[in-house]
Amino acid sequence: MAPDPDTAVETRRTEPAVDLAPQAGGHRGAPRPSKAVVFETEALNVYYGAFKAVRDVSLRVHEHEITAFIGPSGCGKTTMLRCFNRMNDLIETARVEGTLSYHGVDLYDPGVNPVEVRRRVGMVFQKPNPFPKSIYENVAYGPKVARLAKGGTAMDEIVERSLRQAALWDEVKDRLKASAMGLSGGQQQRLCIARCLAVDPEVILMDEPCSALDPIATGRIEDLMDEIKQQYTIIIVTHNMQQAARVSDRTAFFTAEVNETSDTRTGILVEYDATETMFSNPGDERTENYVTGRFG
Amino acid sequence: MAVAPHALTREVVSARIQGRRADVGGTVFKYVLLSALLVTIAVLVILLYSQVDRGSEVLTGRLGDFITSKYSSLPTRSGIIQGINGTLTIAAFVIFIAVPLGVGAAVYLEEYAQKTRLTRFIDVNIRNLAGVPSVVYGILGLAIFARALRNVTGGASVMAAGITLAVLVLPIVIITSAEAIRAVPDSIREAGFGVGATRWEVTRSHVLPYALPGILTGTVLSVARALGEAAPLIVVGAKTGFFTGGDFGDLRDNFQALPSQIYQFSRLPESSWGGNTAAAIVVLLAIVLAVNSAAILLRNRFEKKR
Repeated sequence: MAPDPDTAVETRRTEPAVDLAPQAGGHRGAPRPSKAVVFETEALNVYYGAFKAVRDVSLRVHEHEITAFIGPSGCGKTTMLRCFNRMNDLIETARVEGTLSYHGVDLYDPGVNPVEVRRRVGMVFQKPNPFPKSIYENVAYGPKVARLAKGGTAMDEIVERSLRQAALWDEVKDRLKASAMGLSGGQQQRLCIARCLAVDPEVILMDEPCSALDPIATGRIEDLMDEIKQQYTIIIVTHNMQQAARVSDRTAFFTAEVNETSDTRTGILVEYDATETMFSNPGDERTENYVTGRFG
Repeated sequence: MAVAPHALTREVVSARIQGRRADVGGTVFKYVLLSALLVTIAVLVILLYSQVDRGSEVLTGRLGDFITSKYSSLPTRSGIIQGINGTLTIAAFVIFIAVPLGVGAAVYLEEYAQKTRLTRFIDVNIRNLAGVPSVVYGILGLAIFARALRNVTGGASVMAAGITLAVLVLPIVIITSAEAIRAVPDSIREAGFGVGATRWEVTRSHVLPYALPGILTGTVLSVARALGEAAPLIVVGAKTGFFTGGDFGDLRDNFQALPSQIYQFSRLPESSWGGNTAAAIVVLLAIVLAVNSAAILLRNRFEKKR
């Protein structure tokens, strides 16, 4: 199969922009063509001080799709992910070169306010990290700081909607005032997803959201992703290739190249294509070795 | 390595796992540790007992009178109300000056300041300041708060002493608060930033509540330290003889505080003043203990809420 023309950055967008309605379930097969581009990176380099963590990444992320980043440890997947909502800004030495645009707007333009970016591009972390507060307060915090609701019934509605979307409502509706720390790991992670959904973001970044969870909890979160992708755009970093194959529409494979001189590792994007292509007929030998388990 | 077939019968296993090898080192170490603890406690108990014993006449005979009377040249009529007033006022100065300033500085250093060579330099110097002998702060207080700023403080007043001790404990408040803030997991900050909170919102709603028990601990330690300091008070100018005044609320007046009063009593003839000295020590210990207990209760309350 030829590489999907839509993902290759060099391709000029000459084809008509047909926005097909997302089809519920059964997303196997070739990705639907020409969905709106949410993120576009071009020759993106990320540094931590003098150390180059990611080199020369160019890719496009499409609306209402799940894009998976796979690759061995230390290949810069998480670093890449944290560029999309400027979470890397929190690391003082981090620096980004190249362009990263969000709906055509340069995310690293000096005029861009990272706080506003993060309200639109939410994040779910590797380890469930609920606030040590009540379940209700966890979900209500985002809307509160975003001033979506002051409290009262409006806030109650947001909390209920978010918890329902995250498939957690039925389990916690009778103990919303209880501490979130009393939930199981899988429930905590769904609470973190609910917290992320509560501010009504456009994009959700997920950094190995299931790595601390058992297979049942993982299954629930994967189902959840499949449901919510009709409303959101999702980028997920995962170590689990089956997970990438199961849930994602497109997959980017990163690997690390060892620098001869400094013995450091820099992440590079090897291949980016429709998930089915990546797993059945990858264009690069390294991808094939990785997805078939011969490397990494 | 070839292992001779060895049947794991019940007897063999039983003999192996019931083997008792005397752990001499471990046992000795355990008792060394225990004796270290006991020696510490014994010293404290003996100190406390000897003071209570020496002061028993005053403590049982005229405690109410003792803690409500002013200093008098007659040992049987002398009291420590001026010292108590001074000590409580100094504690208030420490709490209202050193705590907000110290916590603010710690939040800035940990949450806002870039980690540059300058901030590291400042950090190291704050640590050094915490080790400066308190009498040096007394000289600073005398020069600045009692002399240069006497139009504000009224000279060698309780206000000058309170500000001096607030400055004295400021480094401790900064260091302990900064450590409490540093102990807040980054995942909590990331969670806050991840939903679009600003740095101030994350600090206020998540970092400070989480760090509060640790900050309280540091605050208590510093207040307790300030309550016990005598040297800087004497340098700043606590009254060492009979004086009028020292009433509660007289911020710009002559003052006395419990530690310096104890020092003063201890220099008077032991036969007639020993009881007063010991009783004043017991009262000071009781005040420190009360402050500490209140703060521990407060801390436990906040820790439960986590």
